[in-house]
Amino acid sequence: MAFESETLAGIATKAAKRPGFRKSRSARLIFGLGGFVISVLITFLGLLAITFFIGRVVPIDPVLAVVGDRAPRAVYEAARIQMGFDQPALVQFFHYVGSVLRGDLGTSVSTGKPVLDDLKRVFPATLEMATLGIIIGVLLGVPMGVYAASRRGSLVDQTIRVVGLLGYAVPAFWLGLVGLAVFYARLKWVAGPGRLDIFYDGLVDPVTGIVLIDSLLAGETEIFVNALWHLALPASVLGFFSLAYIARMTRSFMLDQLSQEYVTTARVKGVSERLVIWRHAFRPILVPLITVIGLSYAALLEGSVMIETIFSWPGIGNYLTVALLNADMSAVLGATLVIGAVFIGINKISDVLYRVLDPRAR
Amino acid sequence: MANVHSWLIDDSPASRMQARLGRLYRICGALSRNPLAAVGAIIILVLILTAIFAPLIATHDPLKQDLAQRLLPPGGINWMGTDELGRDIWSRVVYGARITLVIVVLVAVLAAPAGLIIGAVAGYFGGWIDRVLMGITDIFLSMPKLILALALVAALGPGIENAIIAIAITSWPGYARIARAETLTFKNSEFIAAIRLQGASSLRVILGHVLPLCTSSMIVRVTLDMAGIILTAAGLGFIGLGAQPPLPEWGAMIARGRSFILDQWWVATMPGFAIIIVSLGFCFLGDGLRDVLDPKSGEQH
Repeated sequence: MAFESETLAGIATKAAKRPGFRKSRSARLIFGLGGFVISVLITFLGLLAITFFIGRVVPIDPVLAVVGDRAPRAVYEAARIQMGFDQPALVQFFHYVGSVLRGDLGTSVSTGKPVLDDLKRVFPATLEMATLGIIIGVLLGVPMGVYAASRRGSLVDQTIRVVGLLGYAVPAFWLGLVGLAVFYARLKWVAGPGRLDIFYDGLVDPVTGIVLIDSLLAGETEIFVNALWHLALPASVLGFFSLAYIARMTRSFMLDQLSQEYVTTARVKGVSERLVIWRHAFRPILVPLITVIGLSYAALLEGSVMIETIFSWPGIGNYLTVALLNADMSAVLGATLVIGAVFIGINKISDVLYRVLDPRAR
Repeated sequence: MANVHSWLIDDSPASRMQARLGRLYRICGALSRNPLAAVGAIIILVLILTAIFAPLIATHDPLKQDLAQRLLPPGGINWMGTDELGRDIWSRVVYGARITLVIVVLVAVLAAPAGLIIGAVAGYFGGWIDRVLMGITDIFLSMPKLILALALVAALGPGIENAIIAIAITSWPGYARIARAETLTFKNSEFIAAIRLQGASSLRVILGHVLPLCTSSMIVRVTLDMAGIILTAAGLGFIGLGAQPPLPEWGAMIARGRSFILDQWWVATMPGFAIIIVSLGFCFLGDGLRDVLDPKSGEQH
C-alpha cells in the first residue's frame, strides 16, 4: 500500500531526522508529535474552512431567510449587520470557528432544536451500526484475504477477488434495498426497517444511546434480541463493503509477505504451511492491517448515510438526508462537520497507531 | 498482416507516429491477454455504443407514460418490465447510459487536468509553493468524499450539472498527488535539464514535457476512479440531489422503485444491475491498464 507520508507530519518527522535532532529519541518523538498535532489542527481548520465556504455559496440569502422577503430595506440591513454579514469574510470565518468551538452549530429549521443536540441524539445509532459493520468486515475479511493469498490462483482466490471488486461496484443503497426484499420480505430472516419493533420503542431509557448496550444495562434481553434482529441486515450490508476492502488488502499484503525470502527459509526448514502463514507471514501484516481497518471504519461512517435512508435508521445519515432535502443548511453543515471530524480523527489515529506499532516507521 | 505487425513492433521506429502506434498496439496486445481487462474493455465499449445508438437499441420511448401498462413484470414486450408510470425500464436503462457517460466524462475532464496541473506545479517548483498546494490537497484528501459532495450539491442546488461539479471538486486531489509524485521522479533528470538549458520557460517545460509523462499513470487512476464516480453520482440521484425527473438516471430510477421493492422488485433492481456491470467494467479495465501501463504501483503479482 502506497503511503502518502508527504503530509505536514511527514515533513516534520523528516525535519526531526536531520542530524541535529538525532541526539535523543525522546526529542525526536516530541518533535514528531508536535508536527502531528499541527497537521491534525490544520486539517480540522481546513474542514471548517470548507464547511464555512459551502455555507456562503448557498444561493439562499441567510438574512432573507430570517427577516422574510417583505422586510423593509432598513430592517434587512440591521439584521445583516447583526448577523455579521457586513464583516470581511476572514472575520466572519473567525466568528464561525469561534462559535463551532463553543459548540454552537446553529439551529435546525426542520427540528427547531440546536443542531448539536440533534447530532448528539442521532450519532449513537450510526456508531452502533458502523461498529457492528466493521466487526463483521474484520471477522470475515481478514481470514478470506489470508485464505485467498495462501491458495493463490485457485477458484476460491478468484471468487474472493471478484467479491473484493464488487465492493467497489455495487451501490450501497441498492444492496440495502435488495437485502430488504430478499431477507426481510421473502425469507423473513431479519426484521424490517427501524431500530426496534414499534411496541418496544421507548421502553429502554437511553443511557449511551446505543440500544444494544442500553437494553443490556436495563436487563431487557428481549429488547436486546429485537435490536440485534433489526441491526443484522444494515450492519451486514455495511459489513460487506468493509469485508470487500479488507479482504482485498489482506490478500495483497499476504502475497507480498509470502514471496519474501524468510518465508522460503521457514518452508525449507520444514515449518508446516499453517505455521508459515499464521506465525511467519501474518504477524508482520498486522500493523498495516490496523491502518486498513481504521480507513474502512471511517468509510463505513460515511457509507452509513445511504444505508440509513433505506433502513429508516435514526442516525446521522438519515438526519443529514432529511436536512439536505429541506435545504436546512445549518443541519447539513453541522452533520458534515461532525462526520468529517470523526472521519479525519479515525484516519489520524490509525496513522499514529501505525507509527507507534511499526518499528520501521518510528 | 505480418508486415504491419513487424512495422508496429519495430524497436527503432522511424517516425513519431510509428512509435505511438506501436505503443498502442503493444498495450492492446497486453490487454487482450488479460481476460478481466478484456471483459472490462468490452463492457465500456458496449456502454459507449449503447449511449450513441440509444434510440436504435431502446424498444420504447423512455419518457412516454402509459398508466394502463404500469408495473408490468419483465416479459416479451417490456424486457425489464415497466415502472409506476408505465414507462419501459429497458429503454430507460439504455438512455441512462448516456447520462452516466456524460457524468463520468465531464468529471474526468474537469478533475483530471486540474489535479494534473496542481500536482505538476507543486512538484516542479517545490519549496513553499509545494507545501501550500499539497497542504490544500491533503485537506481535501482527508475529507469524506461523499459527504462533501452531498453538502456541495445541497449548497449549489439539486441538478445534474451541480452534481458533476461537486464530484469533480471532491476527486481532483488524488490526481494532484499522483502528478506530483511523477513529476518529482523525473524533475532532475537530464532531458528536463537539457530543455531548460535551451531556454524553455517553466510553463513550456511543465506543459510540454512534464505533463505528457504523467498521462499514463493518470489514465490508470482515472479509470480506477470511474466506478466510484458512478456510485457517487447514482447516490446523489438516489437521494434526489442529482439528475432530476424525468431524466432516466440509474440512481434516481432506483429511488423511484424503492416503494415497490417488496412486490415489483424489477423497478429498483434493473438499474442497479446496470450500475454494477458498468462499474465492474471500469474496475476490470483499470486493473488491467495498471498492470500494463504502471506495473510498479499495483499489486506485485
